[in-house]
Formats: sequence, C-alpha cells, structure tokens
Amino acid sequence: MCAICGVLNLNEYGAIEPEILRTMIAVVRHRGPDEAGVYIDDRVGLGHARLSIIDLSGGSQPLSNEDGTLWIVFNGEIYNYVELRRELEQRGHRFKTQSDTETIIHAYEEYGYGCLQRFNGQFAFALWDRRSAELLLARDRLGVRPLFYTISNGQLIFGSEIKSIGVHPNVSLDIDPVALREVFTYWAPLSPRTAFKEIAEVPPGHFMVVRNGQTRLERYWQLDFPEEGAEATTSIDELAAELREALIAATRLRLRADVPVGAYLSGGLDSSVITTIIRNHTDAPLIAFSVRFEDERYDEGCYQKELIKYLDTECREVTCSASDIARVFPDVIWHTEAPILRTAPAPMFLLSDLVHRSGIKVVLTGEGSDEFLGGYNIYKEAKIRRFWARYPESKVRPLLLHKLYPYLAQSPARAGQFWQEFFRPGIEDTESPYYSHVPRWRNTAKLHALFSDRVRSEIGGHDSTPDLEALLNPRIVDWDPLARAQHVEISTFLSPYLLSSQGDRVGMAHSVEGRFPFLDVNVLEVCSRISPRYKLRGLTEKYILKRSMQGEIPESIRRRAKQPYRAPDSPCFFGPNVPEYVRDLLSENGLKQSGFFDHDAVARLIRKCERRLGQPMSAMDDMAVVGVVSSQLLYNSFIERFSEKVLEAKRAPLNMTVWVDARNAPVCAS
Amino acid sequence: MTVRKVIKEFIFENFMMGLNENHLGDTDSFLEKGIIDSTGVLELVAFVEQTFGFEVADDELVPENFDSVAKLESYVQRKVSPGADGNASE
Repeated sequence: MCAICGVLNLNEYGAIEPEILRTMIAVVRHRGPDEAGVYIDDRVGLGHARLSIIDLSGGSQPLSNEDGTLWIVFNGEIYNYVELRRELEQRGHRFKTQSDTETIIHAYEEYGYGCLQRFNGQFAFALWDRRSAELLLARDRLGVRPLFYTISNGQLIFGSEIKSIGVHPNVSLDIDPVALREVFTYWAPLSPRTAFKEIAEVPPGHFMVVRNGQTRLERYWQLDFPEEGAEATTSIDELAAELREALIAATRLRLRADVPVGAYLSGGLDSSVITTIIRNHTDAPLIAFSVRFEDERYDEGCYQKELIKYLDTECREVTCSASDIARVFPDVIWHTEAPILRTAPAPMFLLSDLVHRSGIKVVLTGEGSDEFLGGYNIYKEAKIRRFWARYPESKVRPLLLHKLYPYLAQSPARAGQFWQEFFRPGIEDTESPYYSHVPRWRNTAKLHALFSDRVRSEIGGHDSTPDLEALLNPRIVDWDPLARAQHVEISTFLSPYLLSSQGDRVGMAHSVEGRFPFLDVNVLEVCSRISPRYKLRGLTEKYILKRSMQGEIPESIRRRAKQPYRAPDSPCFFGPNVPEYVRDLLSENGLKQSGFFDHDAVARLIRKCERRLGQPMSAMDDMAVVGVVSSQLLYNSFIERFSEKVLEAKRAPLNMTVWVDARNAPVCAS
Repeated sequence: MTVRKVIKEFIFENFMMGLNENHLGDTDSFLEKGIIDSTGVLELVAFVEQTFGFEVADDELVPENFDSVAKLESYVQRKVSPGADGNASE
C-alpha cells in the first residue's frame, strides 16, 4: 500500500533534515516502490513511499488541501471514498485528484476528528495542519496498517515501520526484555508496547494529537458486544442473509482499484467465501494465489483443487519446503520487527513474492472471519472446559476435547485421560474474562525458563496484567463467554500478531496490499448482533457463515473440519542442510551477543531437536525453537547489522515525484 | 543407574526448558508444574516403552501412573517385575 514517516519538532524551530527523511523512506521502499514524496516546513517533515493503487497518475503524496494549509501522508485505503467524496462535494469541497487520500483531508476539514468514524477502511495517516501547528496521527479500528512513534531530543518521529524510525540519528534501537516476555506469553507485545524500548505504537482504534509540544492519545472506537442474554432476537435466516449481503458489499468495495486485484485461496471456508463472491457477484476477474507445502501434513492442496475446479479458475501456487522457510526467515524477521513463535508468516512471505512477480499489487484475503464469527478452536476449548467445570468429576465431558484436534499428527486420543488433565487447571475459574486464553498463555509462558539471568533481572517484578486489562473493554464482564473470548483474541492476537507479522508485514515486504472483507465496518456491525449460538453452534464453528453461503460454495468445503493454517516449525532449523546463520545464532557465542537466552537451556533444546530429527516435535519445543531463532535474528538485524542494512536499502533509487520545501515560507491564509 | 535416575535424567533433558533439577521434586505433579504438555506426554510414553521394554496400554496412560517421577518409577517397577513391590496393581 504505502509507507509514511515523519519528524515533528515539539518545541523549538529546529532543523528538519531532508536527507534523514529520504533515508527513512528508503528503508521502507518495499511498501511503496512506485513513487516517493517529501514535504518539509520549519516544524515538520513528512515522507511517503507510494504503492500506486487508486488514481495512478494523480494521487501522489504528500497531498494538500486547496490552499496548502493541510498536508497528509497516508498508508491504506478508504473504501467508501466515492460516497464520502460525493457528500463533501455537496458541502462545497473542491477536489483536484481522483484519490481516496484527498477524501481524508476534506473529511477532516468538514468533520474534524469525527471524520475517523466515517471511514470504512484500513489506514494509518499523519495530517499536518500548518495554521494550528497540529499533527494528527490516526490508525484504523483493528490496526490493519501499522503506525509507530517515539519522542527523542524534542522531536516526535513516526513511521509505518520501526526501521524508519531507527534510521533517525537521535534514535537508538534497543530490544525490550519485557516485550520479549510478552511475546513468549501472548505471542505479541501488548499494545502500545513494541519489541523495542522507546518505540510505541498508536494503538488500533486510536488517534494522537500533537500540539504545543504535547501529545494526546484518544480512542475513537472500541470493540463492543451486547450484554449476555440481550442479543437481538432476529431470526437466523434474516441474520444469515444480512451477513451474506454485507460480505458481498464488502468484497465489491475492496475491488475498487485502478489495478487488478487478486485473492488468496487456502482451501478453507473463509477464502472460499471470498473467491466465490468475486466469481458470482462481481464482474472482476478472479486471480487466485495459493501456498502449497512439500510436507503433506501441512498441505491443503486437495481442498484448493476442489475449489479451483468449482470456480473454474486458474490459481497460481508457490510450494514451500522447510528449507525455503529457513532461507527466507531472516528477511521475514526484518519485516515482522518482532520475535514470533511460529514460522507461519514465512510461507505468506513467499506467497506475496509470487503475487508481486505476477504483477499484482492487491489481494483479498479471509482474516477476521475466525475472530468475529467464532471459528477458532480456542473458543470450542473454552466451551468444553466450561461444560466440564459444571461437573468436574465427569469422565465423559472431557472426552469432547478429543473432537477438537483430529488433525494433530500425534493422536491425542492415545494420551487419553492424561491429555485431558492438561486442560483441567483453572477450569472452575469461569468468571475470569481471560478464561479462554489462560491455558494458552500459561503453556506458552513456560518458555520463560529459556531466558538468561540478565533478561530476568531487567524485567524484574514488572507485571503485564495492567497492560492486558487496559486493552479490554471493561464491559467484557457483562458479555457472554464467546464474546469475551473473541474480544481477548482480537485484542491480543488478531491485531498485534495475525494482521501484523502474518499479514501486513509479509505482504508489504513484496509490495502487496492485503484487503479484508471480513473486517469491513458493516460486516463487523452485523457480526456484533449475531447471537453466540449462531456463531458457535454446539461445536460447529462459524455456523451462520456456513448457512449464509449454503448452495454457493461446495458442500465439502462447507462441511470440512477446521484445519488451522500451519507451517513446519522446528524441522526448518535442524538437519544437515540448515543454513549457516542458524548454527551461528544458536551457538554459545551467538547467544552471548544478544544475551537473551541461557546457553545451557538452549543447548539442551538443540540436543533434543537433533535427537528427534524427523519425528514430530511437541508444540512447546516448536515455539521454543522459533522464538529463540527469531529473537536472535531480530537482534542481529536491528542491533548488530542495522547500519549495514540501512546502507543496503539506500542503494535503490527513489522515484521522487513530490518535493515540497516550505521552509522559511509564511503560512498562507486561505 | 536406578529407574528413578533414568527417569529424572530424561525429564530434565527433554522437558525442563531451562529449569534445573531443583525445580522438580520427585513427587511434584508434572501437570500442575506445567512440565509436560499434551503432546509431550507421547514423548514420555515412547521413552518408557523404548527404555524399559514394555507396551503402555491406553488405560494405563493415567496421571496415577505418569504424573510424577515417583509415580512413574512405581508404575515402571510394577510393569517390569510384577508383584515385586508387594502391592497389587489393578
């Protein structure tokens, strides 16, 4: 889509260096390879890297209003820009481009901060008002597009990616051990924390106003659910129809582009819904892409083939092996800018590369469906545990857990009762808003045993619970259990990890913008009115979605058991053909460089993995390996070799199409 | 090496994730201490079968037999030399 970056003087009229802005843009050129642009005046510098999608010839940025008193840099799309523009033109605003970017400026002029409520889109932008000397930073409701900032030496420095900020001479990147621990518990740091000290993110659903040297963060949207029992009593058929119509409209909106738009096809329900809608309800050609795995335990090829045949479409595929993942993993971490516990972003990285090489810049994809329509196993697990908790001595109730994981390579049925006991701790603590997630977090947190003494002492007694609580709507205690689980999953997993490391970052690494019909504002509104029993009906996930698309998608896909998208994890990093970097980073010396992990513990882990080569690894060991390797890579790229990587990025020339230097110029009165 | 030592060494090498031996007492519950996860149980079963040469029946795969060093030692002793400890195992 694009990248934005900038520097704002908080107090004095210090110098804004054009060269620094140029470098800030250069390191995120992958997000916007088509054009670059800069606006500088005495107080602020704004930078932009463009991936041209709408109004190819006219929509260059930074963009201003009629008299140059408002300037914007924007990453994202406002899908309802056509309708908004019509409204604004009727109110007297004059547009000079065909871009959605310009709509934001005029909407701001008309509605102030309230404009954010009117945007159906995914966005991160910085809007500079020259007259009031106010900078507005804003991010979309769910954090689809990233936005980071720091304050250093009297300047606010912001960017779509942390590496842009890191380029500024006043910024010294330092990995945050508290963030490490949060990744090794919740899978991602708790917003607004990032993997780096001193770097924060503008949280999803928030905007920040910077004025007179002060920053003010405000929330404009929060996830909300009805009180338990107070859900609308609309009939399921009516709701299913509403959902279907909303999804069709959302898909159509997201096909708005001046370039061809593709779609991911995984063989699962969500991408099947989207590709079917494109085929049946729009005039757009269906340009499908999918990822295949060499290891058949992960491959969903047969389901993909079925859908491809049904839709009578072509589908370009990339096949991914464990060694492919190992090969690209350092690049993946350069883009995720955080440690990760699964290699799942790596095949997505390879997929976006295929999309880019096919000449496509935009893809529609199914993220959000599981979160908002009750698709995840964690929801079922919580339901079963609650059921079990009502009669804890039951031998029969916990057997339901076996239904959850038929796809696991090692049959959990064999481990019988023992395996069930794993889910028992805390089972009666049903009032906790985190009930659904406690087993996952408690399990993952065992990885903390890998940390070095130095990391432990730096973390000290820090407690992340207040930050976790601050993420959640306090009304969560009034919601039904499924809604609670959804909220926790959306806030701690979807926004900071799935949409980020596995979504935006690896897509934009190859200049590919992802668009998400299931995250459409109107779709979310319908979902918020759907009773939990229509989302998770018994143990049937996304019941209403399946019902709403009945007759349109193949029965086999509609009825297919849920198979979470996964990629090989620890096998990628062990064996005779493993790349040099893995050995180096996991060596005693390599571990000493970062100082994050205890050498004996890691050595023991490595021995176990080497002993068990070719055999399935436990989930804990997989997470441990990927977590350690990715943390080591993060240190290597952002601390040890950062300047080298910046120099590398600077070599590619920028196509600078906008250069506005308004330094020493008076602010024009309109 | 005693059965107990063999078991402890295996647990320590494979499941402690960095914690040292002091973190696990012989009667501490693996489940409560979070030492073994749902897939790790199968590794433990495979170890027991391969090291001590008997098959673990599905209905023997219960916390009473597997959930601590002491319990596991006791179970293995019963299987390897039935009746040796004088307690009937049903």
